[in-house]
Amino acid sequence: MKHRLQFAAKKLLRMALLLLGVSIVTFALMAASPLDPLQTNVGQVALGSMSEEQVAQLKAYWGVDTPPAERYLGWLGSVLHGDFGVSLLYRQPVLQIIAARLQSSLWLLLAAWVISGVLGTALGVVAGYWRGRWPDKLVRGYCFVISSTPAFWLALLLLMVFSVWLGWFPIGLSVPIGMDAASVGIADRLYHAVLPALTLSITGVANIALHTREKMVDVLESDYVLFARARGESGLAIALRHGLRNVALPAITLQFGSISEIIGGSVLVEQVFSYPGLGQAAVTAGLGSDLPLLLGITLITSAIVFGGNLVADLLYGAVDPRIRRGAARG
Amino acid sequence: MKRLNRRQGMVLLLVCAAVLLAAVTVAGILLEPRAMQADFSRTNRTPCAEYPFGTDWMGRDMLARTLAGLSLSIRIGLLTAAASALIALVLGIAAATLGRKADAAVSYCIDMIMGIPHILLVMLISIACGRGFTGVVAGVALSHWTSLARVIRGEVMQLRQAPYILVARKLGVPQGKIIRKHLLPHLLPQFLTGLILLFPHAILHEASVTFLGFGLPSEQPAIGVILSESMQYLTTGRWWLALFPGLMLILVVVLFAVSGEQVRRLLDPASVHE
Repeated sequence: MKHRLQFAAKKLLRMALLLLGVSIVTFALMAASPLDPLQTNVGQVALGSMSEEQVAQLKAYWGVDTPPAERYLGWLGSVLHGDFGVSLLYRQPVLQIIAARLQSSLWLLLAAWVISGVLGTALGVVAGYWRGRWPDKLVRGYCFVISSTPAFWLALLLLMVFSVWLGWFPIGLSVPIGMDAASVGIADRLYHAVLPALTLSITGVANIALHTREKMVDVLESDYVLFARARGESGLAIALRHGLRNVALPAITLQFGSISEIIGGSVLVEQVFSYPGLGQAAVTAGLGSDLPLLLGITLITSAIVFGGNLVADLLYGAVDPRIRRGAARG
Repeated sequence: MKRLNRRQGMVLLLVCAAVLLAAVTVAGILLEPRAMQADFSRTNRTPCAEYPFGTDWMGRDMLARTLAGLSLSIRIGLLTAAASALIALVLGIAAATLGRKADAAVSYCIDMIMGIPHILLVMLISIACGRGFTGVVAGVALSHWTSLARVIRGEVMQLRQAPYILVARKLGVPQGKIIRKHLLPHLLPQFLTGLILLFPHAILHEASVTFLGFGLPSEQPAIGVILSESMQYLTTGRWWLALFPGLMLILVVVLFAVSGEQVRRLLDPASVHE
């Protein structure tokens, strides 16, 4: 048990260091940008017609003239106190925006994550079990094409078919147009999240299915499966008892490792469906050079990704006794 | 006719894919002026014999635009994948040969870059370079080297303990010569495969970032630009603006993936005699 705690503490420390690195890199990249936030957000014409004082005030607001190192240290200081600053575009505290956006994205991400994980593992097991036969060919072909398909194009396609032609689903947004916020029910929200979640699930399946298939093939060729067959166990029992249990391990890692991809995909998909989630906020912040908001979003998403990896590491040890002992020794 | 064996079949498939991709690239370059040409006497045509992919609201030929966009994507993909693979090779070898500190530093970089969702990172780097062509190229090149670097690091770690390298070291062969004469030739197949398998990712991310508005400028006939323009006309039922460019993009990416797979199987000693 002590080793487990030590292991977790070490991982947490590394995670904190990595997050620090992420914040420095993000800040440096934004500071190095030649794009002038005043030009992009206020515009050349408006700037020309302003008085000197107004321009100076705007410059101070966007922090153009302060040296980057000083700005970074100031920002880091307040983050350590739990203050992520105020978004320059929305004029609201960054944490408040992220909380609101994450809430609407979370349904989407969670649904896509669970569906793609379960479906991917199931397809992988099926394909691995019937290796070389038609279910395998079908699954592999599907994965191959889907991993070559840009998520946003798939989103466009689904939007075109289900919203424009068939009219089954709304064109975009997360709530009905013209309805006031209080009267929006959970059914409305779910109804608006179906297509984006479907897009993310369809694309998320490929990777996990292919890896699970490889592992399943390995398991079925192993000596213990041969022995199980010799004992007269049926195919189904072998697949469930020996296959699924061994496949579960790499599937867990892959599943927690896929968080980064799902978040990346949600940025694109939310843009297509005008879904007001975290990804869309990131795009807006990026286009408008809103440094505090973009920094906040990058940090939060990275923290989620690292957290996912951490959980995978811990779960892996909990599920597999061999690794638990290995971690204790190392 | 003599039946081809599997290896010959693979080579044939590889050559076909390469020729097709080269044809798209060249056709795209030649068609670029045609892709920019607006003609208001033929706006919003549905696909027909004369314009197989239809025309858009400015009367531009969508087939020419798609090919020009794909050509641009392929060229950017080649450039970024090559740059990415080179970074991976250098850092992978450095991590494995220059001692523990270098290894820790490279591993830290890899972990950090893998922690930021790819799209966000490409966006950030693109912003740092002022968007546009440089932004996309730098963004994709600097964010895709991580997994290949990991593979190469692992491979070099293993190779370092290989008998023939140990013998060379005992015989007093200098480090640089060992890397050049013994390590690099051994790494070449893995490197080449990794390089080709980087293309699909590079192309998809280039299109995605351009689609979001952080990449190529909107006057360029790029796939991302075409698709993001088509989004505005989707609700009015102009399906052809989005459907065909997207399908062609998938075709190109699949061709790259197929070639990568063939190269891997041709070069990999485990499957070379299949």
